[in-house]
Amino acid sequence: MLSALATLYADAATLTDPHTAHIVIEGNQVISRQSVPGVELRIEEHGERLAAELVVAQGARIETPIHTCIGFLGARGTQRIEMRLRLAPGANATVLAHCLFPNSEAGSHAMQAGIELGATAELHYVEGHYHGLAGGMNVRPHLAVRLGTGAHYFSDFSLTQGTVGRLHIDQKVTAADDAVAEITARVFGRGTDEIEIRDELVLAGRASRGLIKTRIALCQDARANVVGITRGRAEGARGHMDCLELVRDRAMARAEPIVDVSHPLAKVTHEAAVGTVDQSQLETLMAHGLTPEDAIDVIVTGILR
Amino acid sequence: MGHGEEHDSALPRMASHRSVPLLGIESLAYRADARTILECLTLEVRKNEIHALLGANGSGKTTLAHIIMGCAGYAPSAGAVRFDGHDLAGLAVHERARLGIALAWQEPVRFEGLSVHHYLCLGAHGPAPAECLRRVGLEPEIFLYRVLDKSLSGGERKRIELASMLAMQPRLALLDEPAAGIDMPSLEEIERLIIDLRGGGGAVLLITHVESVARIADRASYLCGGRIAFTGDPATAAVRYRERVR
Repeated sequence: MLSALATLYADAATLTDPHTAHIVIEGNQVISRQSVPGVELRIEEHGERLAAELVVAQGARIETPIHTCIGFLGARGTQRIEMRLRLAPGANATVLAHCLFPNSEAGSHAMQAGIELGATAELHYVEGHYHGLAGGMNVRPHLAVRLGTGAHYFSDFSLTQGTVGRLHIDQKVTAADDAVAEITARVFGRGTDEIEIRDELVLAGRASRGLIKTRIALCQDARANVVGITRGRAEGARGHMDCLELVRDRAMARAEPIVDVSHPLAKVTHEAAVGTVDQSQLETLMAHGLTPEDAIDVIVTGILR
Repeated sequence: MGHGEEHDSALPRMASHRSVPLLGIESLAYRADARTILECLTLEVRKNEIHALLGANGSGKTTLAHIIMGCAGYAPSAGAVRFDGHDLAGLAVHERARLGIALAWQEPVRFEGLSVHHYLCLGAHGPAPAECLRRVGLEPEIFLYRVLDKSLSGGERKRIELASMLAMQPRLALLDEPAAGIDMPSLEEIERLIIDLRGGGGAVLLITHVESVARIADRASYLCGGRIAFTGDPATAAVRYRERVR
């Protein structure tokens, strides 16, 4: 697993750094773990599922990103993980989650995550997937996130390398007073990939703010359905949803933004664009001498970056 | 010369044995939605020349630029566009670009995730990206690794588009309203840049509705009613333009 990580990520060497907290899980077994001061790791293996809890202490500022490396290397496998991630008030951390399924032909990865940020805590959660080319993965990350007063939560999910297979993201974020949430998902679907994303942001607290940003590129026979929901529930709550899906070949995409405001002083906006590559962008790049194919690559790479 | 076109008698008429113009447009017609936009339009841009094309809003100047560049939906219904004597009919945008034609768009598009540096390297043959930015009045330390998205102002994006002309060093630069969105104190900078583009051995078709910008041109044409109504010295073209606009 570590060597697979080294092949796919340049920063794999950080796992041997004694100042970097990490956890490496292959299948439902922990193969490496390390805590650092301010980070507490608790793990329980239960045969076909694994429960992990990661706690960052009150006021702790974890300078080096915490790495979680999760996946399996075989052609078949089932992974079921229950993850609890808790940042105590005033804590600050970045979690880099590497999810590796490079050889999977028929596998599933189910993640049930509960994330809790105390008052003024800040979490950057970056989840990068690498799937092989067989397209046999079924990935289901389900997250429930609660943000305390003034907490900041930034999540960035990307699955742009390899073949997606089936992906179903279900994330619900609830923000208290003055909390901020930015949720980004970037996925490149090809072949017969099926992508389902449901992000829900509940701006429950006064002056809470949130952004749901989704970038999907599809080609061949891939399918995507993106549902973004933002609920404005309090005075001064501000939310925005921004969904862009590029479609080529026989691919199909759907975007459904749901704006739900129940406080007269809350405001939620949205923009969604689903369609082929923008002709003006295409011709601008072609006017620099790029072929249409190369121009599309530049555009797609840009929106997924 | 097109039907009804005036020619400045103070300038020598082109002799029949003259050298082939870099851009030669002959009896061009273009219709959109059953409406005639350009009709029997004839225009020549010579090598090493800045040629201004003056015309009111909606007169078809941008349409002409898109036709020359070969953009989708802009195939002429009649006439020919020749570049260095070669008919451009049937050539795609990138094929025309590879011949040495480049277009600085009137309203340059934005790109997510594409850095200014990357953009200025696409098809580049000229100075380094940082130098190109300096010459349009943008600090490379601030702008080189910015993204060409909505975070840039309209004027900044416009300058980057002009910087890309310097980077590409095209044989023919089509500049569509290069002064639009540029603040007055910076206009001289942009005019110097246009002169530099010619200095590099290229020609410029300077499309504008601002007559003061056209004064740096070697020659100017005035587009009206879908035709070239006048070709000659820029001052006279500006007078004709002013008379018609009034």
